[in-house]
Amino acid sequence: MTANGWIQFALYVAALLLVTKPLGLYLLRVLDARGKTFLDPIMRPIERLTYKLLCVDPEEEQDWKRYTAAMLIFSFVTMLFTYAILRLQDVLWLNPQKMAAVSEHLSFNTAASFTTNTNWQSYVGESTMSYLSQMVGLASHNFLSAAVGISIAAALVRGIARHSSKTIGNFWVDLTRVTYYLLLPICSIYAVVLVSQGMIQNFKPYDTVSLTEPFTTQVPKVDDKGNPVLDPAGKPVMEDKKIDTQTIAQGPMASQIAIKMLGTNGGGYANANAAHPYENPTPLSNFLQMLSIFAIPSALTYYLGRMVKNQGHGWAVWSAMFVVFLTGVLVSWHYEAAGNPMMHQLGVDPASGNMEGKEVRFGIFNSALFATITTDASCGAVNSMHDSFTPLGGLVPLLNIELGEVIFGGVGAGLYGMLVFVVLAVFIAGLMVGRTPEFLGKKIEPYDVKMASFVILVLGFSILGFSAWACMNKWGAPDAMGALTDGTNNSGPHGFSEILYAYSSCTGNNGSAFAGIGANTPWYNATLGLATLFGRFAMIVPILALAGSLARKKRVASSAGTFPVSGPLFTTLLVGTVLLVGALTFFPALSLGPIIEHFMMHAGNQF
Amino acid sequence: MRNIFIEIKNSVIATIVFAIILCGIYPLIVYGAGQLFFPNKANGSLIEGKDRRLVGSELLGQTFSRDKYFHPRPSAAGAGYDAANSSGTNLGPTSKKLMDSVKAAVEQYRKENNLTADVLVPADAVTSSGSGLDPHISVKNAELQVPRVAKTRGLSEDNVRDLVKQNTDGPQFGILGDPGVNVLKLNLALDGER
Amino acid sequence: MAAKTHSIFDPTIIVPAIGEAFKKLNPLHMVGNPVMFVTEVGAAITTVLMFTGTEGASFGFLLQVTLWLWFTVVFANFAEAMAEGRGKAQADSLRKARTQTFGQRLTSSGGLEQVPADQLRKEDVVIVKAGELIPGDGEIIEGAATVDESAITGESAPVVREAGGDRSAVTGGTRVLSDIIRIRITSNPGETFLDRMIGLVEGAKRQKTPNEIALTILLSALTIIFLIVLISLKAYGIYVGVTFSITVLVALLVCLIPTTIGGLLSAIGIAGIDRLVQKNVLAMSGRAVEAAGDVDVLLLDKTGTITLGNRQAAAFVPIPGVSEQELAEAAQLSSLADETPEGRSIVVLAKQKYGIRGRELHEMLNAKFVPFSAHTRMSGVDYNGESYRKGAAGAIRDWVGGQLPKEIENEVEAISNHGGTPLVVAMKNKALGVIYLKDIVKGGLSERFERFRAIGIRTVMITGDNPLTAAAIAKEAGVDDFLAQATPEDKLALIRKEQEAGHLVAMTGDGTNDAPALAQADVGVAMNTGTQAAKEAGNMIDLDSNPTKLLEVVEIGKQLLITRGALTTFSIANDVAKYFAIIPAMLLGTFPLIAPLNVMRLQSPTSAILSAVIFNALVIIALVPLALRGVKFRPLGAARILRRNLLIYGLGGILIPFIGIKIIDMIITAVQLA
Repeated sequence: MTANGWIQFALYVAALLLVTKPLGLYLLRVLDARGKTFLDPIMRPIERLTYKLLCVDPEEEQDWKRYTAAMLIFSFVTMLFTYAILRLQDVLWLNPQKMAAVSEHLSFNTAASFTTNTNWQSYVGESTMSYLSQMVGLASHNFLSAAVGISIAAALVRGIARHSSKTIGNFWVDLTRVTYYLLLPICSIYAVVLVSQGMIQNFKPYDTVSLTEPFTTQVPKVDDKGNPVLDPAGKPVMEDKKIDTQTIAQGPMASQIAIKMLGTNGGGYANANAAHPYENPTPLSNFLQMLSIFAIPSALTYYLGRMVKNQGHGWAVWSAMFVVFLTGVLVSWHYEAAGNPMMHQLGVDPASGNMEGKEVRFGIFNSALFATITTDASCGAVNSMHDSFTPLGGLVPLLNIELGEVIFGGVGAGLYGMLVFVVLAVFIAGLMVGRTPEFLGKKIEPYDVKMASFVILVLGFSILGFSAWACMNKWGAPDAMGALTDGTNNSGPHGFSEILYAYSSCTGNNGSAFAGIGANTPWYNATLGLATLFGRFAMIVPILALAGSLARKKRVASSAGTFPVSGPLFTTLLVGTVLLVGALTFFPALSLGPIIEHFMMHAGNQF
Repeated sequence: MRNIFIEIKNSVIATIVFAIILCGIYPLIVYGAGQLFFPNKANGSLIEGKDRRLVGSELLGQTFSRDKYFHPRPSAAGAGYDAANSSGTNLGPTSKKLMDSVKAAVEQYRKENNLTADVLVPADAVTSSGSGLDPHISVKNAELQVPRVAKTRGLSEDNVRDLVKQNTDGPQFGILGDPGVNVLKLNLALDGER
Repeated sequence: MAAKTHSIFDPTIIVPAIGEAFKKLNPLHMVGNPVMFVTEVGAAITTVLMFTGTEGASFGFLLQVTLWLWFTVVFANFAEAMAEGRGKAQADSLRKARTQTFGQRLTSSGGLEQVPADQLRKEDVVIVKAGELIPGDGEIIEGAATVDESAITGESAPVVREAGGDRSAVTGGTRVLSDIIRIRITSNPGETFLDRMIGLVEGAKRQKTPNEIALTILLSALTIIFLIVLISLKAYGIYVGVTFSITVLVALLVCLIPTTIGGLLSAIGIAGIDRLVQKNVLAMSGRAVEAAGDVDVLLLDKTGTITLGNRQAAAFVPIPGVSEQELAEAAQLSSLADETPEGRSIVVLAKQKYGIRGRELHEMLNAKFVPFSAHTRMSGVDYNGESYRKGAAGAIRDWVGGQLPKEIENEVEAISNHGGTPLVVAMKNKALGVIYLKDIVKGGLSERFERFRAIGIRTVMITGDNPLTAAAIAKEAGVDDFLAQATPEDKLALIRKEQEAGHLVAMTGDGTNDAPALAQADVGVAMNTGTQAAKEAGNMIDLDSNPTKLLEVVEIGKQLLITRGALTTFSIANDVAKYFAIIPAMLLGTFPLIAPLNVMRLQSPTSAILSAVIFNALVIIALVPLALRGVKFRPLGAARILRRNLLIYGLGGILIPFIGIKIIDMIITAVQLA
């Protein structure tokens, strides 16, 4: 944990604070159907045209049921759209590398995963997806799933801010305005800045360069039909192959990466995601990517404060997020910097930390910081391989996801998830001030508690339930401890961590992975795809119901006896609730994975 | 029911409208601006050798194993530095496979560079990067390789060190990121290709 | 009933409660409480597993775990039975009043028949004579009587009840002391206030309040989550090669689900109502008690609540040239015939302050008294050739011939401005001075209102006085606001206005014209002396008819909610320590490396699990007194209450089990139970 790391961290926090207020104020305009922005001259005509094509009256608001229906149907249609493109990419345009059609289960998994802002990738991008699939099938979701998330957060905040109101906004207006006034303009500039750092943006076929030092490698021998040749023992026959060129994947990367980060999607263009030098060329591009993950979620807390006319509440929520974020960064950084004692015994310099799966240009600190940020938010982009983190360094991203990604969180998703915890915190502790719990003047009644509880239930049910299923299932983990399994690249507790991480990541709509898991199998693709859908829609529906219920309520006047939802006390309470209600649920599972592995690593156990 | 049809119709239209703007116009704008302002970077920061043929990208590492070159980090991308197959090992911290490979790499590194058993090996020299394409090695790693390269090439160590210094990147603005030596650029410089 | 407090450790309540606790094990009863139902099912499962021999642990260990799981359920039931028992004790004393009562019912033919009180129906008419008990709640339709209501209120002074007006209601179980009255019964057996109240404290007919329902939902959700955690843990065990015994999983489950609050929830609710009964207030529903905690505006009638019922003479202010002594003498003479409390207070003041001895009317044979009448607004006497008068300024002005001295006029205005009532005294058509009649504000009120201000409750005084008078009294009493010259309609309008602005309003009332406002208010406390209409409109009845009690009602409501929140927080916070006790114990067999996670350094896996289960059971019993007594209410702002309670029940809830489990572990290891 170097001084330079601390300075970079301070810089990051300063930059985050700096964008929070202006972006929050801008959000206030974007999320108001009548809001005026400096982009009106350019975007207003396009916005009007869009409404016209959709036959939507921007002045007309929807109740929560209509809003939910529109959101669900739209999400389903876009998912179908992507599924179709992936299945048909071999016969569609923009496929210079002649990629084959994507299989049914992988198409389902990918379509579900991108629709839900998860961007879990069971495939290797540069060897599976055509340019059209990347640009249209996948990148469109990067925008739209993010816009849906922000819309829902706005709907919930409206529900809290309004009273005696039937409506919570218009889904189509929110979706359109977020896309046109927020995501698109920022991305257009941001993408060009990324190009300036070395990120590619082209439509040319893959380049081939001559190697300065050609080398020979062993590859499995294949017969004329392309099937591997097996020796009598059933093992593939290997043959020498001379490699004198390097094929360099190309494509329209920057435009996709900008929204991938800003929209907390995280789905990489390349398999190595933001560790790939094209996808994250310099420490500055890395810094900007990290900043762009938290920018909108952080600004949304300011938006919350403004909307409910209690900026203290907005900052209290921000602070609660920050406290957990800081803790995560410090833990992860500490353990990554400490490195792996087993390697140290082999003669590796302990001072250089755990560099397995990390890039030299980012180093330990920026890798740990990125891992914490990407999992605090539901981003899932990675600039280092979480699978190769030390057990406790890797526990941080895993736990972050399991907390529901409410630490700044996904765009929109983080805020609405955190507000569910706020409702629970207010309900549990609110009684302690001697009144029926109330949140910003709204009484928390059985219906609201039911909806909030449902959200927490879905999280636990999907993560723990699916991983339990995988553990008992021969597709998931055919072998007990001790031997490598088909499903996971690692065995021992780490293999379990990989399974747990996969379902946590998908349920949490994160998309990062302990990527050793070989999840491109029909069973994993199907269950993980279902987990993404659960984690998204089974949460959004009760949350919108909550928004509708809060909007309908009358507002209770505030007084000295009102439960305070700002200040350090509330922040502490909120952090406590997130940890007690969120973390405790996963403690047993975590002790079987990373926690045991930690002790085993120090005892020198290998698997 | 009627409402549901309206929403389905809206969804289909919206998908098309947004696809045109977000997947058609937007990437083209970025493409245009990129090609206009940063053409080299937008096309992959490719390096041409003396004879105008492409020899690599500034941003992507390549495999080097001869003594006269600086060696990059181990790579898990394809057969090694396969720039169409980026990947890390994804081996966990208690993986026997990982420990075995690190053990072998440490031994080889010490042998190549003629190091005694008490010299600690920089972690980056024996571990794979996340992308498998990491263009950099740590400064310490490069320093340990300098005598070998200088000796093989018959150059003075100081000469080699100068080249190492010239091909060391960052920290950006003196603050961001960790310093790293760009192996491909350094080796090309040693060969006089650049 | 006379507020009788039962000690927490009263054996007459504890002993039957123990029996009840076992009777309540009936699953049909338990299913209403999801948390404890899951615990009971878990206990049943481990009971069966004890004999299968598949659990891979010693029988002694399995037996102990199973027993403690059963104890957990029994302890929770015991808490509920205790609360009900205390309620029943209250109810029994209420009931005693009515068991042997008979009523003389008027038959259709006009005759009388003797019927037991519990057979009286609504609209029956009974006749009650001096010395008899009134057989049921009703309204006097004929006659007037003095009634001893001490059985209900504990107040020994008899009160007058008469037909018509606001003092016509009588309560069953009270005794007529004089005269004969004819009463129309107003409620059927089983529907009287007393009956409803008995139902509430006995718990049998208790309906869950919205807060309780919401909390039950949350607790159920947590229970389901922990069920998932435990079931999935079994599956993970298959993968990592650990066989978790079902008994241990059930033990962990019971420790994790919020049994503490789950077990005490209904006891807290019953105890809250019970505390209200101890204050002689009957609540119509548990919901009303909670609403009392939510109230943030109190509408208080000036007369009776803020001030003593009557004004009192506070000073004699003579005009120049007249001594105070002379004025006092004249005032006393002119008030001798004034039987109103104000008049008497003048006589008293004259005696106390100026030593003017009281005169008996019969001594003054030649005196001609002029009694006070609403028409003349004067009283006085013609005595020894002099005529003395005292009365409202206007009346005296007319009497003296149209003009009062300027000093008098000034003084009259000054007294009015200070909230007092001026009475002018005149002799021989000459004004001598002014009597200052003052509203006497009850003692200790302004401190009390200060407490309410601290917790965010606004007090509004309602009075028929003019704004000037009202403002002065409001200031003296320390209320936040006042409504002057208020009519019952104004009162209703004010409640609506406050509610519109998002406030919850509580008020007291007794008259028929208070009924609409009582019904509109979120908490309407009707005075027991009030009319039937008022009692039916309110959702609480104060048997003591003491309007100041509203303040205590609010505190009890808050205390109920705080207790519930505190124990919920405590219960959830407890889980941290239980995890740290049980999880390492479960894994230690397969992974000895995990020992450092055993932060409490518990002796062995079995002792760790047992200690957690025992702690979990005992904490319910340990908290029964707190649940029944309630967390002490402190008049602090919400932020300070929250900070305090979070420290005690949140942080304490995290730390205490670490200590508790460790101690239990040491004990059971020492006595070799594990």
